[in-house]
Amino acid sequence: MNAPHHIRTPIGRVRGLGAAKSGTWHFWHQRVTSAALVLLTIVFVVILLNLLGRNHAAVVQILGSPVVAILMLLFVGTGVYHMWLGMQEILLDYVHDEKLKIMSLIASTFFCFMVGVSSVFAILKLSFGV
Amino acid sequence: MADTSATRLKPRPLSPHLQIYKPMLTMMMSIVHRITGGALYFGTLLVAWWLIAAASGPSAYTTFETFIGSIVGRLILFGYTWALLHHMLGGIRHLIWDLGYGFEPTEREVLTVATLIGSIGLTIALWAIGLIALGGAR
Repeated sequence: MNAPHHIRTPIGRVRGLGAAKSGTWHFWHQRVTSAALVLLTIVFVVILLNLLGRNHAAVVQILGSPVVAILMLLFVGTGVYHMWLGMQEILLDYVHDEKLKIMSLIASTFFCFMVGVSSVFAILKLSFGV
Repeated sequence: MADTSATRLKPRPLSPHLQIYKPMLTMMMSIVHRITGGALYFGTLLVAWWLIAAASGPSAYTTFETFIGSIVGRLILFGYTWALLHHMLGGIRHLIWDLGYGFEPTEREVLTVATLIGSIGLTIALWAIGLIALGGAR
């Protein structure tokens, strides 16, 4: 900060963001969710193994129990956010046509919301019944 | 932003892409990490279907069970299992690299090979446990 001829405004310096209007949040969120998902994936696999061969009533009872439901909500929620970030990166890398790029990004957001909301709704329904 | 037609039409030099380089294990596994990530993206449809079927009732659940028990269903589930485990182990490898460890030539190779062997081994082990458990339940 020894250069006195700053063009950037004080608020711009505080935010630490350049012309891209965003910083490292994408990278950071990807890493934080990935760390969480290592644990949650192990939990998910263990839950699945415990449900193998059980009938519908037993599956509903186990998936609806508070601890399992909370863990499943965490897995689905973190997973969907992680995959939304990942697909965004893939699309930005490979889709070069501007309109197609924007459309595919929006489509991916819709897809992630749809999968996420459906799964969360199903888990809540299993937990609260009716 | 000088986004005029003149600047847009000018062919800009691009950095060399994948096909320029000799394929290396770490590079191939980086590609596989992305492919498994993309596969898991659509694999969540299976998870959502399973949860919705369970929440809908016995007949919807039977439909799901019939599909996942079929040859095609089992192949998809086997692929999903491997993609999930491979992406998880690859993710751990990337987190190790993010922390600044494992960059020596042999460390890189060992980590990469371990990811592949680990994911294949774990997938086979999980399916063996699953099939034995299913056999015992019937």
